[in-house]
Amino acid sequence: MALKTEEMVLNMGPQHPSTHGVLRLELQLEGEIIKDVIPHIGYLHRCFEKHSEAMTYPQVIPYTDRMDYLASMYNEFGYALAMERLMGIEVPERVEYIRVIMGELQRIASHLVALGTYGADIGAFTPFLFCFRDRERILHLFEITCGARLLYNYIWIGGLSNDLHPDFIRLTKEFIKDFKPNLKELNDLLSFNAIFIERTADVGILPLETAINYGVTGPNLRASGMKWDLRKDDPYSVYNKFDYEIPVGSGEKGKIGDCWDRYFIRVREMEESLKIIEQAIEQIPDGDVKSAIPKRVKPPEGQIYTRVENPRGELGYFIISDGSLNPSRVKVRAPSFVTMQVFPELCKGFMVADVVAILGSIDIVLGEIDR
Amino acid sequence: MIYEWLYNITGSSILSMFVVSLLPLFVFILPFALLAVLAERKVSAHMQDRLGPMRVGYHGILQTVADIIKLLQKEDLVPAATDKKLFNFAPLLVFAGSYAVFAAIPFSSIFIGSQIQLGIIYIVAVTGLVVAGILMAGWASNNKYSLLGAMRSAAQIISYEIPTLLIILTIIMITGTLSLYTLSELQTSYFWNWMILGGPATGLQKILYIPLMIIGCLVIYISTLAEVNRTPFDIPEAESELVSGYHTEYSGMKFAMFFLAEYANMFAVSAIVAIIFFGGYQSPFGYLGNAIGLHWLVPIEQFFWFTAKGLFFVFVQMWLRWTLPRFRVDQLMAFCWKYLIPISFVILLLAGLISLI
Amino acid sequence: MKTSEEILNILKDKFGDSIIELKSDKPIDSFVLAAPLEVDKICMFLRDNSDLQFDSLMNLSGVDDANGEKVKDNKGTETINGGTLSVWYHLESTKLKHKFTLKVSTERAKPEVTSVTEIWKCADWHEREAYDMYGIIFLNHPDLRRILMPYDWEHGYPLRKDYRNPEFYQGMKVPY
Repeated sequence: MALKTEEMVLNMGPQHPSTHGVLRLELQLEGEIIKDVIPHIGYLHRCFEKHSEAMTYPQVIPYTDRMDYLASMYNEFGYALAMERLMGIEVPERVEYIRVIMGELQRIASHLVALGTYGADIGAFTPFLFCFRDRERILHLFEITCGARLLYNYIWIGGLSNDLHPDFIRLTKEFIKDFKPNLKELNDLLSFNAIFIERTADVGILPLETAINYGVTGPNLRASGMKWDLRKDDPYSVYNKFDYEIPVGSGEKGKIGDCWDRYFIRVREMEESLKIIEQAIEQIPDGDVKSAIPKRVKPPEGQIYTRVENPRGELGYFIISDGSLNPSRVKVRAPSFVTMQVFPELCKGFMVADVVAILGSIDIVLGEIDR
Repeated sequence: MIYEWLYNITGSSILSMFVVSLLPLFVFILPFALLAVLAERKVSAHMQDRLGPMRVGYHGILQTVADIIKLLQKEDLVPAATDKKLFNFAPLLVFAGSYAVFAAIPFSSIFIGSQIQLGIIYIVAVTGLVVAGILMAGWASNNKYSLLGAMRSAAQIISYEIPTLLIILTIIMITGTLSLYTLSELQTSYFWNWMILGGPATGLQKILYIPLMIIGCLVIYISTLAEVNRTPFDIPEAESELVSGYHTEYSGMKFAMFFLAEYANMFAVSAIVAIIFFGGYQSPFGYLGNAIGLHWLVPIEQFFWFTAKGLFFVFVQMWLRWTLPRFRVDQLMAFCWKYLIPISFVILLLAGLISLI
Repeated sequence: MKTSEEILNILKDKFGDSIIELKSDKPIDSFVLAAPLEVDKICMFLRDNSDLQFDSLMNLSGVDDANGEKVKDNKGTETINGGTLSVWYHLESTKLKHKFTLKVSTERAKPEVTSVTEIWKCADWHEREAYDMYGIIFLNHPDLRRILMPYDWEHGYPLRKDYRNPEFYQGMKVPY
């Protein structure tokens, strides 16, 4: 007589410690093996796109902050860039440099959260706090610059809300000096820990073909072995003036595109971001950061799709203007939204514990998925 | 022995038995749990570049007291869909299992709850109660996370008992005793008589024993770590996967019972490692009491040494917890069955051969 | 690298009537307007043709063109009759590094577009979102459900220009 078995449906989230917000995953399990995953999103939907239609163009900026709340600077950056291209505004060079510095600091801060929470997902709690300790320094830099720690409203269409704080350059240099040994400490504690490698290598492998077809971008795509970074491949702002590398996943500990690769790409990207910041600080020109801000933002009729390399991938803004003061349509191509689609593919055949490991490694932010 | 002493004073065997059985709880387990919870938080905090609890009392030393008061005030919540009898009984069983272990642990030469000749086997057997309790809690909660946690826990504890038992068997074979008291007495006087350094054996035999004992000690420490569900083997309550595993649905004092049992267990397994390999309550270099002629001082010193050794191993457990990530459930099993069990068999075999020399 | 004109010519040769026109009068992005029920074939060609190789769908967005006749009823609430809803496809080739924008417009009364999920898996959720927000039906979509709104939302498609909040949702007053 055969034993009667049945699949168990496990509902993970929306309140669960490691779904990184309010994601709900419907897991179909056979024992602890995943047969299928159905993600349910929308618990954090705040109608960004509907709101923007009722706002004037500059008023949209604080709303972009609230999408990917771990990379607010970059959201503003992308929106400002799109509007400047639509209106044909030429931005002073100092503004571009400050934007790049802020953007890269934000990338480090965002990756620190990603790596720290990833450690916590795998069960190592200490790296989490080490990462947050360093992120705190970056948030302090943002705070002295614009007064806010998380939602900045700093990068405006055509300029910035204010210039750098007089101490900013000095503090940033100190941060870079202190951060380099901390990065090594993180590697010793977590990246090359045998248990950590055991847990993440060869888990959740994302082949390159699948990644491109699913529209996966950013660190996750690079971990699958493609050298694709919009900062180099579709340059914007002043990124082509700096000398830096694009790290690519190599399958060092397992296969190319596994969780460990996705994790370690972020560590290496932080090193590259530090290089960019160091160069930008040296080269930053003088100037007025507010000179190009238009008095009245009234773009001509037309539409534009602009994308930037957000810490999570390609952040695209599709803006349609009907010639009035309000946008007719703002659609955000959120990197996490697109990446999340590939998640069920990655999980099949792995275990419940791996779902957590894979979810952490693709680094999603629910604020951005649900908008 | 305390029991005889009390019996002589009171004349009542029931009363003295009662006092003796409660002594470890009030003198040791509760204060230890209070201290250990605070220590865990402080140790983790300082490892993570922060201060930990600082508000209640000087540097937060009264934090756990405040926590206990909070837990006492909590509503005793029993979710509607649970199996109520089992749900209420499970924390008692888990706590009883870990508490009963203390009956056979020699805290010093005059204070053993009960001088059972089969001490080691008793301890191993009575910890089995904990598995039943955990399974009961997981099943009765009627929660899938709890159930998964309980299943993992049962599989894990039962698997890791095998290497533990094999190493204990080796020790029994070498020393020829099952009593923890006798085992401690065998490792008397100086630290080179500890089992980790070959025990009371002499000559070539002792030298050959040393590497075996060191490996055996590591094996038993790792597997006891798994038995008490501590990181890197804390998958039954893996916070990031299973929320809290088998005690997800518990709150208030019932949760506190699980919590207390966990800390009591931590000390119990550390004590076992200390007794088997590190001389139990024996001082590493003679007794002050003997040297200056105050013989009543000796048991107190012994108690001190025993607690110090136990606490040291508890500290190592905390240290590991805040350093290492967590295994996955299949890796955990593979580690036990593919490495620990074969290694302990080899140790058993080699120790048997050496003892023939 | 190919410009939009060159791509348009290739498409014209292949598909003839389903390609309607190239619009490049508005600033910045020029785009090609295509027939809504042929878009899956066009996209398949765009992906597989060796000169084009659009292997990545950057973005897919639904848009309410709001170009119909605006009708006010006696309570003063405005509805739009007729006109079109659109879907925009932003394509990119990661190998040849060129970009292309495709637009399809469909009847507001009966918005139907063929799905491109088979071609780019990435389109799945984007199309669900467009369905959720504009009510555009993507034919052949494997799993066309609401995505950001609750599954039991029955009060229309919120990003349409004539959308109005319902008064109650499951017994809760909406503008609370």
